[in-house]
Amino acid sequence: MTNALEIEGLVKTYGDGFQALKGIDLHVAEGDFFALLGPNGAGKSTTLGIVCSLVNKSSGKVRVFGSDIDTHLSDAKLNLGVVPQEFNFNQFEKVFDIVTTQAGYYGIPLKKASESAEKYLRQLGLWDKRNTPAMMLSGGMKRRLMIARALVHEPKLLILDEPTAGVDIELRRSMWTFLEEMNRQGTTIILTTHYLEEAEALCRNIAIIDHGKILRHTSKRALLQQLSSETFVLDTAEPLTEAPVLDGFFSHMDDEGALVVDVEKGQSLNGMFVQLEAQGVRVVSMRTKANRLEELFIRMVEDNNPRNTKQGETA
Amino acid sequence: MRTDAMLTAYKTIVTREIRRFMRIWPQTLLPPAVTMTLYFIIFGNLIGSRIGAMGGFDYMAFIVPGLIMMSVITSSYANVVSSFFSMKFQRSIEELLVSPVPNWVILAGYVTGGMSRGLGIGFIVTLLSLGFTQLSIHHLPMVILTVFLTSALFSLGGFINAMLATKFDDISIVPTFVLTPLTYLGGVFYSIDLLPGFWQGVSMINPILYMVNAFRYGILGVSDVNPYLALGMILLFIAILSAISLRMLARGKGIRH
Repeated sequence: MTNALEIEGLVKTYGDGFQALKGIDLHVAEGDFFALLGPNGAGKSTTLGIVCSLVNKSSGKVRVFGSDIDTHLSDAKLNLGVVPQEFNFNQFEKVFDIVTTQAGYYGIPLKKASESAEKYLRQLGLWDKRNTPAMMLSGGMKRRLMIARALVHEPKLLILDEPTAGVDIELRRSMWTFLEEMNRQGTTIILTTHYLEEAEALCRNIAIIDHGKILRHTSKRALLQQLSSETFVLDTAEPLTEAPVLDGFFSHMDDEGALVVDVEKGQSLNGMFVQLEAQGVRVVSMRTKANRLEELFIRMVEDNNPRNTKQGETA
Repeated sequence: MRTDAMLTAYKTIVTREIRRFMRIWPQTLLPPAVTMTLYFIIFGNLIGSRIGAMGGFDYMAFIVPGLIMMSVITSSYANVVSSFFSMKFQRSIEELLVSPVPNWVILAGYVTGGMSRGLGIGFIVTLLSLGFTQLSIHHLPMVILTVFLTSALFSLGGFINAMLATKFDDISIVPTFVLTPLTYLGGVFYSIDLLPGFWQGVSMINPILYMVNAFRYGILGVSDVNPYLALGMILLFIAILSAISLRMLARGKGIRH
């Protein structure tokens, strides 16, 4: 299968000498839902900026669906749709004009551009706002506008840089549903996000980048298997005021009043339920905690930055 | 990118540029119309009647070509510099940078946008001038060539200014401290025959003098300089500024990190 994105030995050194990327290699298969994770300043936006031609690379190779950006930039760009982190449209222009103008830049005639714009503005719930100047939209609407604009030329690869930053939970969930549907229909998606729950819920493959280097580049499943324990959230029939003491398990209450229990790998869940039964606690539902990735992410980034460990430990 | 797709992209840029200056017409179309009407009334009618003839024509007829050219120059420049810098400032330039539009199409689109406003203003000022004097065309091809090429040249100038600008102050420095003095000293209001020999020589290094005189030649048939030399100079400057603009776009000067 063709790779949607191939990056080899990518280096970026800015004018002030700061090396943002130190020779990274990355590949994203066609049809994948891929997350590029990393702390602030790790090199995520620089990497995506180079792929999208917003940043000049210092050296290395980038290919989008086989088209080298050094030799076949136009072909590479035709396959790309970009949703940047910051709002980057003309705030005075109307929603419909912003989307159709973007289509025009890709050489799509106005009639076809208008049809495509209507399709995506409707799907993203913005059709009623089509004649509204962009500055009048809410933050969530502006994010959706950028997604509609990125999709108007039907790209095969959609890149989203922090697409749900500052968006409320309800809207974030609806955007996830939309992106999952796009992915199901064949669009390869690469996203960066600070919400690791988002990456865990959506993505199949993940790369973790820090200080311009790729720390891990693997499947989400393989990454999560590294965890030595799993956390379960238990909803009880009667509300608990404090977590019951469970021999061999660590338990505590979360902010929403649910019982949270850490279970070591290989440890049987039966022992936990026997003890809960004995203490008169009736469990009505159970789920795994969704931010397991966060734990791994923090661990990897800390391992890569030994100076960030507590001063007291080394004194 | 295919040729028809490039043409669509070019039309998209031009349409957006025209839509922009039409949307804010009280800032873009009205001020030059008001200013030029005041010039016609004050310099042409009130003061001009006491000055008498210049270059064999009454003063009003003499300054009209210069004032038309002045409005074309300033409007062409202002349109591109403010539009492109606003796109940089709002980062909406990224919409173009991520798309497959070739740099020369981007440049052609902006220059055409600047020319649309410059020539539109030139047309409005010409209509206004008809309320004050009669205009007869001496050499139509010279009029058309001069006004189109001058408009293109100053659109390119505005583009380079916008590429180099990092803050809003930077887009007003050149129009205020370079363009306006050169225009006023470019023979809009007087024939350089009136100047002492030394200052006539200094005036000859002002490129705007050539454009104003070539245009005046096209309308009145009089000029302080050879109009064909003026056309040649405009073409040369267009070639130089186009090359600089394309080079800056290719390097991403001020628009790519």
